Amino acid sequence: MAKATFVVPELTQYTEVPAVTSGAMAHSLPFVAKPEFQDALGFPGELVDDWQAKAIDKMGDLLGKYRSLRVYMDSCVKCGACTDKCHYFLGTSDPKNMPVGRQDLMRKVYRRYFTLAGRFFPKLVGAEDFTKEVLDDWYSYFHQCSQCRRCSVFCPYGIDTAEISMAAREIMDSIGVGQKYCNEIIAKVYKIGNNLGLPGPALADTLEGLEEDVFDDTGVKVRFPIDQEGAEILLVTPSADFFAEPHVDGLIGYGKVFHEAGISWTLSSHASEAANFGMFIGSYENMRRVSQRIREAAIKLKVKRIIFGECGHAWRVAYSFLNTLAGPWDFLDPRYPVPQHICEFTHDLIQRGKLTFDKSENDDKVLTYHDSCNVARASRMGDVPGGQFDIPRDIIRAVCNHFYDMDEDTIRDRTFCCGGGGGLLTDDLMELRVKGAKPRLDALNNVIQEKGVTHMAAICAICKTQFSKVLPYYGMEMDQIISLHQLVGDAIVLTPGPDDDAEDDDLDDEDDLNDADPNEE
Amino acid sequence: MAFLTNFYVFLFYFAALVLVTGLVFKIAQYTMTPAPLKIPTTPAPTTTRGVVLRMTREVVLFESLFRGNKWTWIFGWMFHFGLLLVTLRHLRYFMEPVWFPIQLVQPFGIYGGMAMIVGLGGLWARRFLVDRVRYISSPSDHLILALLVLIGCTGLLMKFVFHTDVVEIKAFFLGLYTYEIQPLPADPLLLLHLFLVALLMIVFPYSKLLHAPGLFFSPTRNQADNPREVRHIAPWAKQLEQK
Repeated sequence: MAKATFVVPELTQYTEVPAVTSGAMAHSLPFVAKPEFQDALGFPGELVDDWQAKAIDKMGDLLGKYRSLRVYMDSCVKCGACTDKCHYFLGTSDPKNMPVGRQDLMRKVYRRYFTLAGRFFPKLVGAEDFTKEVLDDWYSYFHQCSQCRRCSVFCPYGIDTAEISMAAREIMDSIGVGQKYCNEIIAKVYKIGNNLGLPGPALADTLEGLEEDVFDDTGVKVRFPIDQEGAEILLVTPSADFFAEPHVDGLIGYGKVFHEAGISWTLSSHASEAANFGMFIGSYENMRRVSQRIREAAIKLKVKRIIFGECGHAWRVAYSFLNTLAGPWDFLDPRYPVPQHICEFTHDLIQRGKLTFDKSENDDKVLTYHDSCNVARASRMGDVPGGQFDIPRDIIRAVCNHFYDMDEDTIRDRTFCCGGGGGLLTDDLMELRVKGAKPRLDALNNVIQEKGVTHMAAICAICKTQFSKVLPYYGMEMDQIISLHQLVGDAIVLTPGPDDDAEDDDLDDEDDLNDADPNEE
Repeated sequence: MAFLTNFYVFLFYFAALVLVTGLVFKIAQYTMTPAPLKIPTTPAPTTTRGVVLRMTREVVLFESLFRGNKWTWIFGWMFHFGLLLVTLRHLRYFMEPVWFPIQLVQPFGIYGGMAMIVGLGGLWARRFLVDRVRYISSPSDHLILALLVLIGCTGLLMKFVFHTDVVEIKAFFLGLYTYEIQPLPADPLLLLHLFLVALLMIVFPYSKLLHAPGLFFSPTRNQADNPREVRHIAPWAKQLEQK
């Protein structure tokens, strides 16, 4: 078990709603961004002199630009429906982690400066001046929201705390108070092309290594091309997929699917990142700038389709925003939606009978599936609402014999966040991440006990990283979280390509191998 | 009594003015503020028709609240539906002749008044009994509940205990349409009831009661889920593209 400087909650059969403990997480705050990374994003390097006036101005600006913010500041009636819905509240019992408690941190400032009632009767309506204490509270608690939107599902007015925490972060950035993790990463995307800062040659090297690994495992040459002009499909995937377990097994899975589909594809070193942390900091400009890289790559590589790999918030930005931020996509093949999710692509091939699976390859595992928040509540797959729930499950059922869902209250649009989304996947927020994972892990633990589940599949790089890190705190194994396309890749029966014969000396052996069991490891 | 009548004439003209201009201003503000990104809470309908259905379920049945909290839903829905019946019943004071549907709704309006009080009582109790709801309640939340409960109770008392001259009341309100001042009965209960109603009208556009128009403008509920099919872009975002 990992060492912790805080008390790790005990898992319970059902997640209980804790009694309110004021200030329980007031000490939690992420590192502040250094001036150089603030500059790269177009923000002041440190807290500006007249920060209060500037912040109020910025708030006014955002209230005029975002209807969501304007309406949500006014509409809350404090009914309490959201109060027991946030995983961070359930895990920490801090009332400022109740969605309405978090919103009120901004609402009290809004009321003070932008409403008649707050100007004249601040005490009566809970309005407050924007003091340094309030700003500190903002920095702490708006970085305890993973923007998962679970609260918005249950709010009678659809108030989405994510919209408010994004606006708060944008306001703080505009006065020079940025979060290190997010802003450093965005700066890396501008400088190098991806969140992890992997330069093009390193990527090419990694991909070459993958080709060798897959060939060694299967005897089939599966390509992992990069910057290949004229390819049919541009694959944009989170850079975590190039880097580490369990992500990279997902990338291997995509490669095998493309191989079987017989469609040419390529990655791009310019757009080597699906993630778009511009969303987490609520910055339209930065989100747009990151998105434009995908457009540039698509034009340069002359592709006809764009497909996104497994990444939750990336899929939100891709599905819901990409057309807005980097469209129109009229230069791509109009027969396909832009962009597509790798799960849509794989699912379609399965539907059309183009893929052959040996499900017994996954018989060592009993699976459950974690709906990632941004996929579940902020996007769609396929033609029908709810496809984002059914398509991944259909794929799992097609490649595995043993699959069980977690408790109905904790999946689909009621899914719990992994605890690390929204730009909080950083070691300086470890306590928050561990505690915030509790509701998800309560449900996971239940199916482990009752159904003998051994692994949880996910389609989000943040979820995968977060679970690998926090599972050990709860006495589980870090490798119990896997990529959905790892399951696909492990079960898929590969067809040897023509160049397997052409280039390899021991082609006879290999063909035999393929006939017998191409997936033998 | 002329002073009292004149005061109430002024009060209701003023309250109506504040309510209407306040709401018009707010609705105009909501309308003119763009929603730059597609943010429906999914799964969401993909067509406008579907969105109308979703909104109807939210407005009529409080669907999301039902999923969120059954107690709040029961009391909240009871209060709002009761309030609707009561309002319909009261329309007879504001029209001559009285429309047939309004005649039909009269007896139900009384039950509505009772449901309203019970619902409000339940909602108010939650503000004391549930620690999370207690934490988020500010004085204004209690005051608005008090205001509504008082309006309901004074109304029911006039119906069942201290009757007032409803014919005169009707004459008073119909007179307001044509700027003819008709005397108002000087029953303290009635005067209190009317004063509180006017107060409610005045605070409406400056309080959380804005949730009523707000719901219709909530992008997580009123947007269709079709971002890949239709390019959605706000005017201010369009300007970024020209740079």
